[in-house]
Amino acid sequence: MSERPGAPVLDLPDAESVRGERHMVLNMGPQHPATHGVLRLVVEIDGEIIVSLRPEVGYLHTGIEKTCEAKFYQQVVPLTDRINYLDPLSNNLCYCLAVERLLGLEIPERAQWIRVLLTELSRLNSHLIWLGTHAMDIGALTVFLYTFREREEILRLFEAVAGQRMMTSYFRIGGLAMEPPLDLFDRIQAFIHMFPEKIDEYSNLLTGNPIFMNRLKGTGYLSAADAIAFGVTGPPLRASGVDIDLRRDMPYSGYEKFQFKVPTSTVGDNWARYEVRLVEMRESTKIIQQALDGMPGGPVKADAPKIVLPDREKMKTQMEALIHHFKIVTEGFNVPAGEVYQAIECGHGQMGYHIVSDGTAKPYRVHMRYPSFATLQALETMCKGGLIADLVAVIGSIDIVLGEIDR
Amino acid sequence: MPEHRAIKAILAWNGEALTDAQFAFGELSLTIAAEKIREACAVVQAAGYDFFEDMTAIDWFPNSPRFQLSYHILSLKFLERVRLRVMLEEDEPSVDSITPVWTGANFFEREVFDLFGIRFAGHPDLRRIMLPEDWKGYPMRKDYPVEGYR
Repeated sequence: MSERPGAPVLDLPDAESVRGERHMVLNMGPQHPATHGVLRLVVEIDGEIIVSLRPEVGYLHTGIEKTCEAKFYQQVVPLTDRINYLDPLSNNLCYCLAVERLLGLEIPERAQWIRVLLTELSRLNSHLIWLGTHAMDIGALTVFLYTFREREEILRLFEAVAGQRMMTSYFRIGGLAMEPPLDLFDRIQAFIHMFPEKIDEYSNLLTGNPIFMNRLKGTGYLSAADAIAFGVTGPPLRASGVDIDLRRDMPYSGYEKFQFKVPTSTVGDNWARYEVRLVEMRESTKIIQQALDGMPGGPVKADAPKIVLPDREKMKTQMEALIHHFKIVTEGFNVPAGEVYQAIECGHGQMGYHIVSDGTAKPYRVHMRYPSFATLQALETMCKGGLIADLVAVIGSIDIVLGEIDR
Repeated sequence: MPEHRAIKAILAWNGEALTDAQFAFGELSLTIAAEKIREACAVVQAAGYDFFEDMTAIDWFPNSPRFQLSYHILSLKFLERVRLRVMLEEDEPSVDSITPVWTGANFFEREVFDLFGIRFAGHPDLRRIMLPEDWKGYPMRKDYPVEGYR
């Protein structure tokens, strides 16, 4: 705290005096390959048994929320995909939906469907990284190479559509940045056609693997009551038996038009989370297929010339379009005063954007609620009394991204 | 509006704690007297709003009262959300922690303490979470510059 400038930065518990001489305090991270970034865990152990655990975060804090307050609304979009860089389009979507609600914009159907299509691809991307790194943490190195092979294909699709592999910023306030390239849907179709086989392939490598099963079954138990108390969302919550998925229960961006199942389990251990995510990947594939089959035509941007940048063609030929373009780029657009909270279901759980506007062209306050931030609090409950070796399995199975915890 | 579940529950508990209620952009916001927030959270929790989603602060500098806290609470049963607001004065802002009601508010309150300097009475572990322990000032306050050297 600022009042105590001379205070020690590392406030480690004095294990000797507190718990007797059997206990040892172990510092794991921040530079540790199994913590998926820069997470530091202060673990107190008795032999190999975890007695207490304290996560220390903030090593990646960049003050993105403060930066957002100094930018125009449209300039915040590229900041958002740098937060959860494994699921970039969900970030874009959540932010855009929140601002569009403040503005009262109607988004054309085609834009909504393309948003769903790409967000689901983005979810697959997130789950593929989870699967590869989770298996690698436990010692199954091969799976990583398999999942990254498919992830590469998804990144190529993102590159085709947005010009960027990871930091897409493809969704804009009022629709999409531009019409996707002509062959995009065919390429996604080809990918979706072969992808279920690939899931079988991962499943063949892992599901019957005795080492993988023994490491995951019965470890990292989280009860439904604890999950709700800690604010855990997404696959870990559903694996503990709470059947909620915002895509189905509080639909946004046209999700109510898609049919899909929400996998749940009542077991609540690492294995349940693994199974739930595997089924979720299959369900995402189905959503993508439905989006491709029923893709409506029409524009991909809302008809709001003072908010959405005009097409290049129009800007070069019409004076009003040129003026609007100039005004939006130099002055931004004013957003009605108010406060909204928009939540969506991203790969890791419920993501929420809380935007406060004071009526000017810059957001007064942008707060992001990211699932990993809340889920990390449950880590101690899941690991207490377990072996220290299982800690790595639990971190992998709750699927955290430090970029979204620290922001 | 008075027939809304959350409002009914709060009015049945203590009508004076509810100082304002708004419905805007499809969201219900209830302003609660600062000293009553923990009890109000327990009341809405009992009324079926069982999932603590998010909590943050907004700095309305130089207006008074300066700080606003927004709690977003979701009902997994009714699938709707309620926002509880608390307004705090500038001098030594402090409010009761809601961690006894929802353990998951722990990190969120630490973040607000770290970046806004608002204290939470009864919080089990009120330390800076993002910034180094010896950091001076509270960066998310509006009188803290966005860029520059120290």
